[in-house]
Amino acid sequence: MSGNEAQTTTRTVAQATLVRRARDKLAYKPADVSPQRRLQRRYTMRLWSVRHARFLEWVYARFADLFLALHPVWNAIGYVRAERPVKFIERQVKGLMFDCRMCGQCVLSATGMSCPMNCPKQLRNGPCGGVRANGHCEVEPDMPCVWVKAWEGAQTMRATDAILAVQKPVDQSLRETSAWLRVTALAAGERGDRPESGA
Amino acid sequence: MTTRPPQIDENPAGIELPLEPLPGHSSRGRLERVLRRGEFAVTAELNPPDSANAQDVYERAAIFDGWVDGINAVDASGANCHMSSLGICALLTRMGYATIMQIACRDRNRIAIQGDVLGAAAMGVANIMCLTGDGVQAGDQPGAKPVFDLDCMSLLETVRTMRDEEKFLSGRALTTPPAVFLGAAINPFAPPFDFRPLRLAKKIAAGAQFVQSQYCYDVPMLEEYMKRVRDLGLTEKCFVLVGVGPLASARTARWIRSNVPGVHIPDAVVARLEGAGNQKQEGKRLCIDIINEVKEIDGISGIHVMAYRQEEYVAEIVHESGVLKGRKPWRREPRADDALVAERLDHILHDNASETPVDMVKDVVSE
Repeated sequence: MSGNEAQTTTRTVAQATLVRRARDKLAYKPADVSPQRRLQRRYTMRLWSVRHARFLEWVYARFADLFLALHPVWNAIGYVRAERPVKFIERQVKGLMFDCRMCGQCVLSATGMSCPMNCPKQLRNGPCGGVRANGHCEVEPDMPCVWVKAWEGAQTMRATDAILAVQKPVDQSLRETSAWLRVTALAAGERGDRPESGA
Repeated sequence: MTTRPPQIDENPAGIELPLEPLPGHSSRGRLERVLRRGEFAVTAELNPPDSANAQDVYERAAIFDGWVDGINAVDASGANCHMSSLGICALLTRMGYATIMQIACRDRNRIAIQGDVLGAAAMGVANIMCLTGDGVQAGDQPGAKPVFDLDCMSLLETVRTMRDEEKFLSGRALTTPPAVFLGAAINPFAPPFDFRPLRLAKKIAAGAQFVQSQYCYDVPMLEEYMKRVRDLGLTEKCFVLVGVGPLASARTARWIRSNVPGVHIPDAVVARLEGAGNQKQEGKRLCIDIINEVKEIDGISGIHVMAYRQEEYVAEIVHESGVLKGRKPWRREPRADDALVAERLDHILHDNASETPVDMVKDVVSE
């Protein structure tokens, strides 16, 4: 019996070796982060938005006014019921223009229309010390630093000093909620209307 | 009991105890006293050990004895795993060292960080340095989850709130606030250059009282930066310590330039090292030259020596550059009562260690 066992061990390959050999084939490579994919990403829309920060600032100001004017409508529908469709649209629009990550507390107006949540360190108060000499990111060498772009964008905007305000840490409980509706409800509340009365 | 005169900035009741609070000071530490007296401060960075041996920490700190005003305990710098900054501070504060505890936002969320701040302050850590931290891709464990719950700015504001308003970020009250001197990091050598001085202003607004810079190898660039900082009136609100360090060789310089994020080394520096016969000596010489240039810049309050794996040169560098101007920073010295204790307890070292408690009891009974 023992001799037989010894024979089989000499011929068969151990399971560990098989796994090791197959590791390269089996290894899961996420499509989003492969070097090839990274090279293909051009960040075109994001950079366009930063270049047109002043225009977008103007658009957003009009848009915020419109949303606030629609406050009775939101109230009638109910802010909670409006959340889903508005969030869907917000995600699509901001996702296309800014690569929005739906943090739910948008600070684009204070960051030169460059979304700080795209920073691998999610810095909301300025660039880290690791920015490369060519202005690219320390973590993702092919991506222009979000904060270098933010500074460029902020220079073109009307509210140039907004970038100097110290931002509070992200409230993770507001993730995946509509920043548009929240800002509108807050503004309406400040104006004296009853906010979220439909809620 | 002490026979020697007590050193300046030392609690006569015990070296590990906090100093008397002074008006206008936010901490009870030595570094703040040195800076507020207007003296040129020297801090150094301790290379954290990859071991669980306290002696390793003490040996590495002893190299700086009598040459530095504060020792930085780094928090997994470069995202490489080492003994934690809290652990190092726990050991060093027992021995009376002035520690600067670094907190990086990479590894812990706001709940853990606020707890650590309280713990550190309770142990006698008087200086806390708030950093964002390198990305995990830079370190030995790139698969780790990057936390970055706070960033350096909101971390500064959080600790300042805890100290000045005596409450957590949530608003819950503290019974004893952490009396700490708050530090931050600056990097004048990375883009966007126009924004960098304003970013320092932002950090000061968030609570920074002193800043330590990234390695400086380009003095004209620093001068440019400092000019703008002075114009903004920031040097009155904040102490600026410039980071310096010796380069071991031209090859190291090249490696650092391309692999360590945020370090700017001009070609002239690499060329100077390359042309030297003894590159290590030349690296030290270069560091001293930079210190001599930097100390003349208006608004610089000190230097921060980061001599990674060349810690033994720190004393030489500080001595030869003459930045202390004859001043002797605090050092741990044995006292008369230490000698007494050593004499009384010396037998422990020579006693028969294999004696069990049971044997001891038998001895006592038989006597």
